[in-house]
Amino acid sequence: MGKTIAEKILSTRSGRDVKANDIVVAELDFIMGQDGTSPLAIQAFQEMQARRVFDPARIAMVIDHSAPSPLEGVSELHQQMRSFAGEQGICFYDIGDGVCHQLLPEQGHVVPGDLVIGADSHTCTYGAINVFSTGVGSTDLAAGLISGKLWFKVPETFKFVLNGQLPAGVYSKDLILHLIGDVTADGATYMAAEYVGEAIAGLSVEARFTISNMAIEMGAKAGLMEADQKTLDWVKQHSTKSFTPVKADADAVYARIKEYDVSWLEPQVARPHTVDNVAPIGEVAGTPIQQGVIGTCTNGRIEDLRIAASILKGRKVKSRLIVAPSSRQVMLQAIREGLIEIFLESGAAVVTPGCGPCVGTHNGVPSDGENVISTANRNFKGRMGNNRAFIYLGSPATVAASVIKGEISDPREFLR
Amino acid sequence: MDLKGQVHKFGDDVNTDYIISGRHKFKTLDMKELAKYVMEDLDPEFYSKVKAGDFIVAGSNFGCGSSREQAPLAIINANITAVVAKSFARIFYRNCINTGLPLIECDTEQIDEGDELEVDLQKGVLYNRSKGIEIAVTPLPDVMLKILSDGGLVEHFKKYGTFNFD
Repeated sequence: MGKTIAEKILSTRSGRDVKANDIVVAELDFIMGQDGTSPLAIQAFQEMQARRVFDPARIAMVIDHSAPSPLEGVSELHQQMRSFAGEQGICFYDIGDGVCHQLLPEQGHVVPGDLVIGADSHTCTYGAINVFSTGVGSTDLAAGLISGKLWFKVPETFKFVLNGQLPAGVYSKDLILHLIGDVTADGATYMAAEYVGEAIAGLSVEARFTISNMAIEMGAKAGLMEADQKTLDWVKQHSTKSFTPVKADADAVYARIKEYDVSWLEPQVARPHTVDNVAPIGEVAGTPIQQGVIGTCTNGRIEDLRIAASILKGRKVKSRLIVAPSSRQVMLQAIREGLIEIFLESGAAVVTPGCGPCVGTHNGVPSDGENVISTANRNFKGRMGNNRAFIYLGSPATVAASVIKGEISDPREFLR
Repeated sequence: MDLKGQVHKFGDDVNTDYIISGRHKFKTLDMKELAKYVMEDLDPEFYSKVKAGDFIVAGSNFGCGSSREQAPLAIINANITAVVAKSFARIFYRNCINTGLPLIECDTEQIDEGDELEVDLQKGVLYNRSKGIEIAVTPLPDVMLKILSDGGLVEHFKKYGTFNFD
């Protein structure tokens, strides 16, 4: 009987021939913690009476959730992370370096076939480059730091077969929002998602990250894709590590398979207050918008900024706009290409690479009753720091079009 | 372990942002302080209403969203005895076992706000004393029972120095 990508990676890393629902202890290729989760992990590490991490070269800590620190209490927690990383000799990314899920692939830490954990729920992002990566909490992170291992229940797999090509003005964000709206917020709970088909083949690696990033929003443990030539080229540009890509067998067993034709898809928007409350743009167009956000681990990459800038170029925003590039490298590239100038000229506020505007720690908390449209992955009530605000989610193009008009707008109006 | 208390009922898809908001959780490791804001965005009065030993009861997909372990820790520190739901999101589920918060997965249709519950974790049975009914509970996997019986993952690692499920 054939195996899924998840079954193959967990078999290799546990040294056993495993299938869905088996429980394994597996060896980890890379481990990540951010500033919302690492301080508790460091505390657990100490309580577990450990002295050294298993391998400093296979661990990164990132300050991105509150970067730079907006509060004294946060500064103290950041300092604990700096001390721990310094003592242990682990790779450390400080304020301004970027969002963890941009940095791990961009800096070449994770490569196809790897098994990775991160103490952040959007760790599933690297599935786009054929990595089995999943989010864990702080105590699991501490256990990983000490042993280099974690226990896993081998997930069943939900296969999404995506046929056709996305039309102009419709992006990978629209596609994943549509899938989440269709299967709902717990449609793939405890499962790995596998995304296959010509629609995936047609996307850039950057656009694919957006899809894997949001696998967790349908409850999935991982959002996996096979490595094709685009993946191999992208990974070799970013990493010097050797790797072995993993393909699913033709006779692999899937818990569920759903097929979609994406060629008719329109821009999609998730309405407050759940990610699966998705509607085509026509149903929400005209909703007044006070603030837009372009950035985050979902859509803060250079391609996203290029798409938004192509719409904003030479225009002024009616709503406030916050742009947070996903890393220092992305921001530098955006400066070189003149994108930051376009954003600033349009009236946007460009802030430090980081998670702040998405996660409500700082950098753009909306006021009572305001509507926000964001390229982020979550629109839960209170998510941006005010539980009396309303958050809509869309693609960078949809956000750019909406802030120009001051209301939710179809980006296809701006295509030339 | 015999658990008894009153029900505070919530719906489906209660996410970890609702359990403890990001605007509080990044500030401190003082969980007693964070506990004051537990469930704040769904019910601002929640913390003041809870009595020690009470249960949170919900629908499906409880604990979805962010991986923040502050969520189970804030619930524990608000003196909630256990969370009962139709299903749990997987990261939250692991975090509860690792930190020692009992989870009870069962049908919650016949449990209402204010009901008196009693749970026998060993036998895997939940009694709704207010309605005089018994509800079957989905058993935990052996690996999780082992971690819970050791007192959480920190205690497990103190004992063995690594994972030990043999």
